[in-house]
Amino acid sequence: MNDHEEFDDIPGTTVFTTQRSRQGFQLNQFCMSLMKPENRERFRADERAYLDEWPMTEAQKLAVLARDYNAAIAEGGNIYFLAKIFATDGQSFQQAAASMTGMTSDEYAAMMLSGGRSPEGQRSIKEGR
Amino acid sequence: MARITAGVATSHVPAIGAALDLGKSGSDYWQPLFDGYDWSKAWIAKEKPDVVVLIYNDHASAFSLAVLPTFAIGCAESYAIADEGFGPRPVPEVIGHADLACHITESLILDEFDMTIINEMTVDHGLTVPLSLMFGQPQAWPVKVVPIAVNVVEYPQPTGNRCFELGKALRKAIRSYDEDLNVQVWGTGGMSHQLQGPRAGLINSEFDHEFFDQLVLDPDTLKKVPHIEYLREAGSEGIEMIMWLIMRGALGKKVKELYRFYHVPASNTAVGHLILKPSK
Repeated sequence: MNDHEEFDDIPGTTVFTTQRSRQGFQLNQFCMSLMKPENRERFRADERAYLDEWPMTEAQKLAVLARDYNAAIAEGGNIYFLAKIFATDGQSFQQAAASMTGMTSDEYAAMMLSGGRSPEGQRSIKEGR
Repeated sequence: MARITAGVATSHVPAIGAALDLGKSGSDYWQPLFDGYDWSKAWIAKEKPDVVVLIYNDHASAFSLAVLPTFAIGCAESYAIADEGFGPRPVPEVIGHADLACHITESLILDEFDMTIINEMTVDHGLTVPLSLMFGQPQAWPVKVVPIAVNVVEYPQPTGNRCFELGKALRKAIRSYDEDLNVQVWGTGGMSHQLQGPRAGLINSEFDHEFFDQLVLDPDTLKKVPHIEYLREAGSEGIEMIMWLIMRGALGKKVKELYRFYHVPASNTAVGHLILKPSK
């Protein structure tokens, strides 16, 4: 297996590798199904029942139900796929991104307006830069 | 023969499309961004390209993880607009140039770029937002489009060098097409942004500005930037910028910079825009 130690050294970041793509395949395929309005309707009507139609892990299903996107990513989710969930919820990409940072939507929006998150100290855990 | 008359680079943030579609482009938040494209809209109205070869990435719309091509080219007559979870964007369908696309496909594959061939697909904001930024809200898009989709979603994305080399092969392919066509090549995506995890919201304007400069003047150095540097410096989704290198490769050795625009933020993202002309 390839060594991705340098990816793990980037703070607060999960790189979507081929291995993660395997891990998250069913979760991400479920997300794709929400591109059809009839599936969005069925999902909204009974989220748990809809999720149970997919051979996903329990941890993946719970992450979706809780809209815990960090947990979903840890279970192999990819943000472009997960975007179908928050689009279904009528939530913006900015609100969803904020939810992963521990900031409120307002705090996050203010950070973006003032130029975004600085890369200082966010490049490497090991090197502290 | 077909001519490559210009290269355009632009971000393709989905929120830009939503702002336009929902009539919010004049708001305090969005107006500075759209103002940055006024010059470009006036420019392209005069340039009147026949075809845009549009380099973009699909965002889990046409391609699921069932099949994920690294480089794919659309040879269809037309492309429907994808429903990305909130209904399709209310924009015109995208008309292809199937004959040119088939010619490019043959040329690229015989040049050893093993393209995936697409005869049916939907296109998402990655392709439609650049059209909206450059053409506004017309009844029909005033150009035909040859879409080239690049995997930037799953690691490993193609290297910067491979993208640049693909651009060079694309130049040869377009210029050997036996019809007098005014062709532009667009590279989309970027600039620095991260959409996921606790580091979401990362913007690195220093990196972005250096990227602009090197893309124009020294792409041979820029093409060697490895994945890890994009990931660390430009955010996990900033790696989309490798697609700009395909456009740059298609323009030949020297280019003249006609226009540059940079704006933070559009939603989670730094927006970059560049118009280049090949130098003789």
